[in-house]
Amino acid sequence: MKLYLKIWRQKNASTKGQMVDYTLNGVESDMSFLEMLDILNEELISKGEEPVEFDHDCREGICGTCSLMINGRPHGPDSMITVCQLHMRSFNDGDEIVIEPWRAKAFPVIKDLIVDRTAFDRIQQAGGYISVNTSGRPVDANAIPIEKDMADKSFNAATCIGCGACVAACKNASAMLFTSAKVSQFALLPQGQVEAAERVENMVRQMDLEGFGNCTNTGACEIECPKGISLENIARMNREYLFASVKG
Amino acid sequence: MSGLIKSSIARKVVMALSGLFLVIFLVLHVTINFASVIAPEFFNEASHFMGYNPLVQYLMQPILIIGVIVHFVMGFVLEIQNRNARGVGYVKYKGSANAPWVSRNMIYSGLVILAFLGLHFYDFWIHEMTYKYIQANPEDPTRYYAETVEKFAPFWRTIIYIVSFVLLSLHLWHGFSSSFQSMGVNNKYTPAIKTFTKLFAVVVPLAFAFIALYHHLNPITH
Repeated sequence: MKLYLKIWRQKNASTKGQMVDYTLNGVESDMSFLEMLDILNEELISKGEEPVEFDHDCREGICGTCSLMINGRPHGPDSMITVCQLHMRSFNDGDEIVIEPWRAKAFPVIKDLIVDRTAFDRIQQAGGYISVNTSGRPVDANAIPIEKDMADKSFNAATCIGCGACVAACKNASAMLFTSAKVSQFALLPQGQVEAAERVENMVRQMDLEGFGNCTNTGACEIECPKGISLENIARMNREYLFASVKG
Repeated sequence: MSGLIKSSIARKVVMALSGLFLVIFLVLHVTINFASVIAPEFFNEASHFMGYNPLVQYLMQPILIIGVIVHFVMGFVLEIQNRNARGVGYVKYKGSANAPWVSRNMIYSGLVILAFLGLHFYDFWIHEMTYKYIQANPEDPTRYYAETVEKFAPFWRTIIYIVSFVLLSLHLWHGFSSSFQSMGVNNKYTPAIKTFTKLFAVVVPLAFAFIALYHHLNPITH
């Protein structure tokens, strides 16, 4: 198939970027989206041009590294997948495909389609861990009975891969879905409840400091999340935060 | 507590609480207004009570005005912060693919409602203040029904009111149930809250619109 690509090109963080048009021939429908970009890059390199920089790693939807806004949607038109799981069969011959980086002040562009997502790391570092001893002294963590419902909810929250699609999709560039997933995965388990109040306060404070927007409950994040993280987590974080703040 | 005041979650809770307060006020407002259609005498009595009861005048009315101001000022603050949080915008952004129009355009439905409140205050509140405190007219418990009906004589005012009620409906459609989510309520009752929200967002503005249209079509003949 023949594709008309419009790709954001930006030399570095301090220069202004722009959309650049490319026409790509010979794309097969069973190629992955990232393979299609690999082919484009091979062509660019053979012509002596700078290849398009984009983030990728595991190429099986579990690392959260790939991050492209494709035709106005994070990770492209299909649901519950990352860009590396997107295949060209989702597009047609002659399609125009607009490819942009995640857009948020807290995610500055490093080069082309790569953004700096260390803001997420700093939120995680502010409290996304447990410091209680779960090594088996005195009680092994696996020996503590946990309600199935709670364990499932915690596990579902923990499936967040931190890709940033929630921020990219949200009209306010809010990081509430990511932060709430990281808060929830611990808050729902007995080991996490020891530091629950401190955790939610510190993580929300860091999230605000990074300059993400405010949640307006549009639900776009939930729809675009490749792991299906639920808005229930945001409500849980709001609840945890309010109780923690009031208790002091 | 100092962190709470500055946090994004607290700002959302302020939006939610002030919004819910205004929803409760709407229920009272539409109930009394509907009396102007089915029981004009009761409407006169209720309006007179609201206009002259010191508790309503000096406690409830200022709280209501503060509620409105807090809601729209916080709405503007959040909107400005949210716009700044994006920085460089997308060339192509398909907002309709993942979120309903009403939830993405609360600022616009809110701005229309705010503009409407300007007209509504001019029509009734300024008129009332002038009548009572500037012209210093004596109490007249029978005047309210006729004054209200006369207000809806011009076609343009009736249309502006009805259009504003449509925007109020859209604002409530997202805002009412959304306020529960902001306050941390998302549980087995959420589907019921969402259904009630949709019902409320249709019934209340429809009742307001009906009242305006009814008085426009049924003027008092002297």
